[in-house]
Amino acid sequence: MATKKLPFERPLIKKLNVGIPNKFGLKTEYDPITHIDGVAIKDLINQFGSPFYVISEKTIRETYREAKRAFTTRYPKVQFAWSYKTNYLNAVCNVFHQEGSWAEVVSGFEYDKAIANRVQGQHIIFNGPDKTEADIRKAIVNGSLIHIDHFDELYTIIELSEQMEQKPKVSIRVNMDTGIYPIWSRFGFNYENGEAWEALNRIMLSKKLELMGLHAHIGTYIMVPWAYGHAAAKLADLAVGIQKKFNHHIKYIDTGGGFASKNTLKGAFIPGSDTCPTFDAYAEAITSAIINSGIHPEHMPILILETGRALIDDSGSLIGSVIAIKRLAEGKRAMVVDIGVNLLFTSFWYEHKITPAQPFTHYTEDTVIYGPLCMNIDVIRDNISFPLLNKGDHFVISRIGAYNMTQWMQFITLRPNIVMIDMDGKPHIIRKGETNDSVTSQEVVPDYLKKITV
Amino acid sequence: MKIKKNIAVSETGFVFDPTTGDSYSLNPIGAEIMTLMKEGKELPDIQKFVLDKYDVDKATFEKSYLDFMNMIRQFHLTEE
Ligand SMILES: Cc1ncc(COP(=O)(O)O)c(C=O)c1O
Repeated sequence: MATKKLPFERPLIKKLNVGIPNKFGLKTEYDPITHIDGVAIKDLINQFGSPFYVISEKTIRETYREAKRAFTTRYPKVQFAWSYKTNYLNAVCNVFHQEGSWAEVVSGFEYDKAIANRVQGQHIIFNGPDKTEADIRKAIVNGSLIHIDHFDELYTIIELSEQMEQKPKVSIRVNMDTGIYPIWSRFGFNYENGEAWEALNRIMLSKKLELMGLHAHIGTYIMVPWAYGHAAAKLADLAVGIQKKFNHHIKYIDTGGGFASKNTLKGAFIPGSDTCPTFDAYAEAITSAIINSGIHPEHMPILILETGRALIDDSGSLIGSVIAIKRLAEGKRAMVVDIGVNLLFTSFWYEHKITPAQPFTHYTEDTVIYGPLCMNIDVIRDNISFPLLNKGDHFVISRIGAYNMTQWMQFITLRPNIVMIDMDGKPHIIRKGETNDSVTSQEVVPDYLKKITV
Repeated sequence: MKIKKNIAVSETGFVFDPTTGDSYSLNPIGAEIMTLMKEGKELPDIQKFVLDKYDVDKATFEKSYLDFMNMIRQFHLTEE
């Protein structure tokens, strides 16, 4: 019997740079990811090919419950509304809806998706600067919560309210200085210059609209919970003004989304997993600002949260394979993989965590990881100290659940399967990998171009 | 290809070049290959050694060997 051979690793020689420590001062020792929710990645690859997305239903539910707990233990009336743009796969939306989330949408397309997911009209928040008149009519008929972005929209709604039976249910989006930069002043009405107050007066005086609440979404990946404290305080201040002047109590304050996820931003010196504030920290800032405001305790509004990335990022992974190992002219190691920026849009701003899916040693090389696209900007990580993988080896890119499955691009290749692992560890395809047909079925070739001889 | 005479390769994978003062580290298989080279062994012997000891096909080994040689040359550790 032949003796068992040892696992092979590529020979490696590395120059030692005395006195230049690793940027993070962290150990490069970590374990491979061989399973997700108890399912072997090897089996998943055999079943679904490479690359593919995996979503852990368990992680979604656990993260959601953790966020909900942080708020409901501090404030009596809390409502989450799932931000569709963050990940609007119906299976994902329905996990959130089962957990009790409403829907937060920013287009007619997303609105119709929420309706098709059987979210009740009055539980859909309609945000964004682009609502067509037809969209607005539909939202009014369904009793949805229309968050007005600009005066043109406000006047359209006032006009429609004069033709329609139902009273439109509206809120305004407010932008403001919360002490952080940039200020997202392009959406909604400004607080400091009095524009928001003017819009509220216009709504109240029209008598045709029902003012339901006040909304702000101060930005995304906000690392400082206190900024939300300022936002909530300013919204509460407007609520008090409305109550004093019109004796009208708004039903809710919506502080939008924007909580950071544990991903590491490019150029950050400390990994996101160490700097990301907890849900408790955000909850403390927001709820104490509302509780300590001038709003009468008997009229405490519902607190609505439109948290996106912080609720879904951790649940998503991309599984891929190594296509080739190269050495660049300047001596640097390069690895070409089957996942490109077309599937991982967030690689433009995150240093994504990438982990081999099979055992490896602690030897690493400074590596640039390229996607498969024949295009120079297709870079997944421009400099990562990475173990010595070979062609055909597999890896896992973690924390990719937010925005990648909506902002992806059909470019050069097709978009692959998306698989959800259910609470019992059973994988389900929740979006089939595209075929040439799914892309070209939308194309029309005029008859005169059909005759070709090449 | 020959490794320069004055270059020291330790069993633990530490390489020191006294001419430049530069030092390098090797993974275990890198150390084995460089030691064989120091002993004057050429590709056929090295290949036999690696294929006998490790679970690897010839093509994978060859690709990684060529790459390794390039790096050794780039670091000016060879005689040519
Ligand atoms: C109005 C609104 N609400 C919620 C979100 C979700 O934000 P995040 O994913 O940063 O939590 C967004 C995202 O841009 C948004 O525009």
